[in-house]
Amino acid sequence: MAAHTVLNYLPRKSVVHELTGATKLAFFLLFTFASMITYDTRVLVLLMAVSFSAFRLSRIRLREVRFMLVFMLVFLLLNNFFIFLFNPDQGTEIYGTRHVLVHLFWRYDVTAEQLFYMLNISLKYFVALPVAILFISATNPSEFAASLNRIGISYRVGYSVSIALRYIPDIQRDYHNISQAQQARGVELGKKEKLLARLKNSVNILMPLIISSLSRIDTISNAMELRGFGKDKRKRTWYVQRPFKRNDWLAIALGALLLAVSLATTLWNGSRFYNPFR
Amino acid sequence: MKNSSIKTVVAIGIGAALFFVLGRFVAIPSGIPNTNISLQYAILGMLAALYGPVAGGLNGFIGHTLIDLSWGGSPWWSWVIASAFVGVVVGLFAKKLNVSEGTFGKKEIITFAIANVVANVIAWIGIAPALDVLIYAEPYSKVIAQGAMAAVANSLTAVIVGALLLVAYTKTIAKQGSLDKE
Repeated sequence: MAAHTVLNYLPRKSVVHELTGATKLAFFLLFTFASMITYDTRVLVLLMAVSFSAFRLSRIRLREVRFMLVFMLVFLLLNNFFIFLFNPDQGTEIYGTRHVLVHLFWRYDVTAEQLFYMLNISLKYFVALPVAILFISATNPSEFAASLNRIGISYRVGYSVSIALRYIPDIQRDYHNISQAQQARGVELGKKEKLLARLKNSVNILMPLIISSLSRIDTISNAMELRGFGKDKRKRTWYVQRPFKRNDWLAIALGALLLAVSLATTLWNGSRFYNPFR
Repeated sequence: MKNSSIKTVVAIGIGAALFFVLGRFVAIPSGIPNTNISLQYAILGMLAALYGPVAGGLNGFIGHTLIDLSWGGSPWWSWVIASAFVGVVVGLFAKKLNVSEGTFGKKEIITFAIANVVANVIAWIGIAPALDVLIYAEPYSKVIAQGAMAAVANSLTAVIVGALLLVAYTKTIAKQGSLDKE
């Protein structure tokens, strides 16, 4: 089933894979914030170069992540379309000038500013995607809880995330079984039913799923209590945790540097946008 | 109270997994093209009502982050935060609802409905668009249109499906004082 096509770990021998999970998480967050703050095209191109070369270093092939790529492109096109549909003058509002290239109809003009604004929006997707893909496919899921804890998040939350990752395939399988069983008994969720009936029918599927999940919560929390989970309020050691090496520090330093560059240019420009029209 | 803290940890994990599975794989057409009924908000409301604001908030946060990551691309933080907010607000009503006592009558249903509508409206018409404009510099009219759709769809699902689930669930647990001395 679809379970192994999402959030899939692709083990490889590469520099990126050898970094600790905590490094990748820290770099991912630093990088995301860097690319979130700035709309400066020059900085975005720099970030994109970093992100593409990290992807190359990981030795993950494009073919293996094609699904995410296609989905992102579709989403990117849709988002751009809606931005233009709802506000064709967003670019003008941001950059302050208006160079009309083509007049379409009514209020819809294609302006250079709007195109430049949408180019920046699209660039951001290309900046973020490779790093996000790497974060998912180059991090061993069992290392994830340890890395959350390492960057200062309470180990209880780390454990919750790790439980979520562990039980997604199980719950997915449960859902599949229950929904097949209910459909065999005539519960319809498709377009044949009215909306309200569809909602009501979905309860027939959700109810067994919830009940089994709640009993699962009981079982797991009892098992964890028996093993003394949470005895020590602050600390916990992790089997998969690895010590930081030279490359880890380099990667984190690079992430911090990129965030600093992004912040500095924003302050230097006095705005998040780079304006070539003035 | 120690056990309840472990239970919260586990409930957040399993809840986030449920949120993920429903949000990622289950598509029930709503009749409007390209919009599906997001059953995960019914589950979020229900689990928040059962386990409180901390569990509700983290549940929405982790679940939504995982969904976004699985589609590829970095999480859309403005909506992730809005999801977490829904969980926290509904969770704040948990004490009032007191589901674990086994009674979920008219009064509780109305409280649950109000909690969900308030949470969803503030989250999707207030927080999500504001953060969209702030973080992603998107046109206001676009994000408010998206937000309004999400607010209506998610409130409806959360109230109808969530309440039906809670009513059915409370029937399965023993009520307090249901034992009689003979």
